[in-house]
Amino acid sequence: MSNTMELNTVDPPLARLGVDNDNGALTIRNARTEFKSKSELARAKQQRQAQKTYGRGRGIDVKGIRDKKLRRNLTTLENKYKTATLKAKEAEILLENTAGFLEPETELERTYKVRQGDIRKDVAIEVAQKGFELKLDQLGPYTCEYSRNGRDLILAGRKGHVATMDWREGKLGCELQLGETIRDARFLHNNQFFAVAQKKYVYIYDANGVELHCLKKHVEVSHMEFLPYHFLLATLSISGQLKYQDTSTGQLVAEIPTKLGTPVSLAQNPHNAILHVGQQNGTVTLWSPNVTEPLVKLLAHRGPVRDIAVDREGRYMVSAGQDSKMCIWDIRNFKEAVSSYFTRTPASSVSISDTGLTAVGWGTQTTIWKGLFSKERAVQEKVQSPYMTWGGEGHAVERVRWCPFEDILGVGHTEGFSSMIVPGAGEANYDALEVNPYETKKQRQEGEVKALLNKLKPEMISLDPNFIGSLDLRSEKQRQADKDLDAPAVDIVEEMRHRARGKSGALKKYLRKQRKKNIIDEKRLKVEEMVKEMQEKKDEKHKERQAELGPALARFARKE
Amino acid sequence: MKIKALTRPTSVQQAPGSDVSRAPRNLAPEIHPFERAREYQRALNAVKLERMFAKPFLGQLGEGHVQGIYSMCKDKNDISSVASGSGDGVVKVWDLTSREQAWRVSAHSNIVKGLSFTNDKKLLSCATDGIKLWDPYTQIDDPEPLATWQEGGPYTSLSVHRTGNVFASSSGAGCIRVWDLDHSSAPQTIQWPSFTDTITDVCFNQVETSVIGSVATDRSVILFDLRTNTPVIKTVLKFAANRIVFNPMEAMNMAVASEDHNIYIFDARNFDKAQNIQKGHVAAVMDVEFSPTGEELVSGSYDRTIRIWRRDQGTSRDMYHTKRMQRVFRTCWTMDSKYLLSGSDDGNVRLWRANASERSGVKSAKQRQALEYNKALTERFGHMPEIRRIARHRHQPKVVKKAGEIKREELAAIKRREENERKHSDKKFQKRKGEREKAILVKQQ
Repeated sequence: MSNTMELNTVDPPLARLGVDNDNGALTIRNARTEFKSKSELARAKQQRQAQKTYGRGRGIDVKGIRDKKLRRNLTTLENKYKTATLKAKEAEILLENTAGFLEPETELERTYKVRQGDIRKDVAIEVAQKGFELKLDQLGPYTCEYSRNGRDLILAGRKGHVATMDWREGKLGCELQLGETIRDARFLHNNQFFAVAQKKYVYIYDANGVELHCLKKHVEVSHMEFLPYHFLLATLSISGQLKYQDTSTGQLVAEIPTKLGTPVSLAQNPHNAILHVGQQNGTVTLWSPNVTEPLVKLLAHRGPVRDIAVDREGRYMVSAGQDSKMCIWDIRNFKEAVSSYFTRTPASSVSISDTGLTAVGWGTQTTIWKGLFSKERAVQEKVQSPYMTWGGEGHAVERVRWCPFEDILGVGHTEGFSSMIVPGAGEANYDALEVNPYETKKQRQEGEVKALLNKLKPEMISLDPNFIGSLDLRSEKQRQADKDLDAPAVDIVEEMRHRARGKSGALKKYLRKQRKKNIIDEKRLKVEEMVKEMQEKKDEKHKERQAELGPALARFARKE
Repeated sequence: MKIKALTRPTSVQQAPGSDVSRAPRNLAPEIHPFERAREYQRALNAVKLERMFAKPFLGQLGEGHVQGIYSMCKDKNDISSVASGSGDGVVKVWDLTSREQAWRVSAHSNIVKGLSFTNDKKLLSCATDGIKLWDPYTQIDDPEPLATWQEGGPYTSLSVHRTGNVFASSSGAGCIRVWDLDHSSAPQTIQWPSFTDTITDVCFNQVETSVIGSVATDRSVILFDLRTNTPVIKTVLKFAANRIVFNPMEAMNMAVASEDHNIYIFDARNFDKAQNIQKGHVAAVMDVEFSPTGEELVSGSYDRTIRIWRRDQGTSRDMYHTKRMQRVFRTCWTMDSKYLLSGSDDGNVRLWRANASERSGVKSAKQRQALEYNKALTERFGHMPEIRRIARHRHQPKVVKKAGEIKREELAAIKRREENERKHSDKKFQKRKGEREKAILVKQQ
């Protein structure tokens, strides 16, 4: 038991010491026998902590290496990495800001009872100003998006109204009355350009609202995503076409038909630039521009997947479905949902903040959850009550979006746009050389040049973003086999049938191990078919035996 | 209820009245996505930039010579002086800072075979008609020599002792003579017993200063010791060598430029096999020299190219050529290891950068940092195919490329023939000889 459930048992302190003997004597496990000074222990602890947050995976075991030169080189390299993690840990002292919070002082207080008005009274005046409402009741419902550094906001009304603004200073960037349906709007790599998915085509405008491009290849687009490091604008059309357009060169990189009907939702995994598409039939499919098939197909809901959000480390995905459910998925292994929650009406929009707060817009309400998932915990708990709530004033929520680096949640709804203050939502310490919310014009221009120089190729998009620079460990034979496109494909059924005897046969093993996982791939389908066939054969045989024995003795027929 | 929301006053990001905005860092890995891919991309940019800036040729010195340059030497005590001697017997001294001729003399009646600056800033030159001593720093052009020695010729090369006022000369008579400039006594003569072939090159060791190395036309490499006035060791190679130089930092190591297109690095303590073989030239290597740091070598070849080598690697780090440069007979490093000089058949002394993409001059801290970062990146991702390809690619003259291809084919044919022979004869029971052992035929002590 203790072996298999290692992950979710938390030993109480007594159990760890272990009251093994009847006489109450304690057996100490993991006794430290060698003497280590306090400073040494402290250093080891610091090293461990640094490795946990800043380490890039397990180090190389140099002791087993025979080649002296190689061992020496690798040892130096490992030491370098070690010092780098320690230095990074020590540099934490330079972080200036601490994240916000909302904490009950007594047991009777509940954070979800706190209204916006209460918060505005209690926080500094410049923060209070960030919570505001825009009443735009004519051309709604409004979708909203923030620029990458959270400084600019784009609002797009369904009926043709687009506006960009520097929302902190309340300065309007540009305002367009397009006079046709707008389905989505999005900033490109900085606040200087934005793309709008209009009735027929996608258009790109500059900060002054001048139309720069009409992307005629993108027809009837319903969803858009921008991959900032690859400079790719990904669009998803009503007909299910997923298209990637390079916005720096203007090249159409990939056109992929998703072939699963009209898609309902689109989200990107910021960790590896994979797109998650929510389908009508309840599956979530994962796409990269390099493969024409979905990388992963995940049956997430019993009904259309209304919206998807992925956390910034690419570990968890939150999906909301028409079946009034919100599920949390671990997208590193796609096991069954980590946990699932009910929404009273199907959610319309989900978003995850930098710190892992999840905002769900459903009906006229917005609920914010805290701790739905945490990378620190091995097993995710089910959260009992939300962190904050908002709404109930009759505005149907269209889209919720977190403002990067701020404790702000933007809600686009039928009556306009509301900016609400959610303490503890934003990343407190930004990296000015990565994305700078306070950048000057010069910095923005330089950053753009740097970003273009370091633009990643679309071929670099894969489920594991760190595969670049790693060695190809496949054997030469394997590599040749993978390259050979004319080679006959491995027949899954044949392979399974061939080694299907006994408990450890390929089929049994597959059924035992893989069937539990919620992964539907070609192999899975074939296996299901095979199992069904076998079952039918068995039933038939059974029936034959029953017939042989006659009606009276039929019930004694041997069942296999 | 305890409430705190994030506030970052803008004045903290940029102090009022200042135009310098602060750039706080946060090293948390989650806000640096695609770090590896982006680093790779930066490495790719860095290696491309490095190739873009690779402009090794700086220019020629003055007007050059009328005939080809067959000897060259630098002054170890003066970083800006270099002397070259040509086929018509003219010796010129060049000033490297102005790249102009500083002094000239019609020293000999035919090819100047050897040139060397002495430690007291005089210049020695030798040809078949004798050895002459000049004073290029004080004499005007075309003076009379300070001294002339004619006995024991014809002379083929010269080498000056590291500290003493002593020089060694090799001659066609199979012996080397060691002259003392302070005493006008007769020179010491050292010879391998009953050896009569022409010694083509002689070289003093820079660390173990009494050791002299020499190569002769009978394919032998002979080491002499001045302390006992005896030859120490003689090794016969498979091919004749054109030049021998000692590593200025490691007393026991020497490089030999061979007629068989290779450079061999030998360890004097173990002459059973070469320490390293450097392959790449497609014609005889005419000259080789260690950099003053002892880490790198430069070689000039009959195939009209110059190659730069790392001491411990088998292939060249870089290859220089121009359309007009003919067969290279002399190459040398400047004393700061930053520049190279080459003297070729076309009579020009050319000045090159030792690192093709490096630029001299003061760099700002930012620039230096960027260069160091780029260097670290290319090193880190150097194993990636794309980066390695770009870093290694050099444009070769068509002739050299073709010759290389032919050579490769021929070598493969020889190898194939040997293997076939092995397969069908008694040789299959013999152990295969290593490539480094093959170069040496006989060792005599």
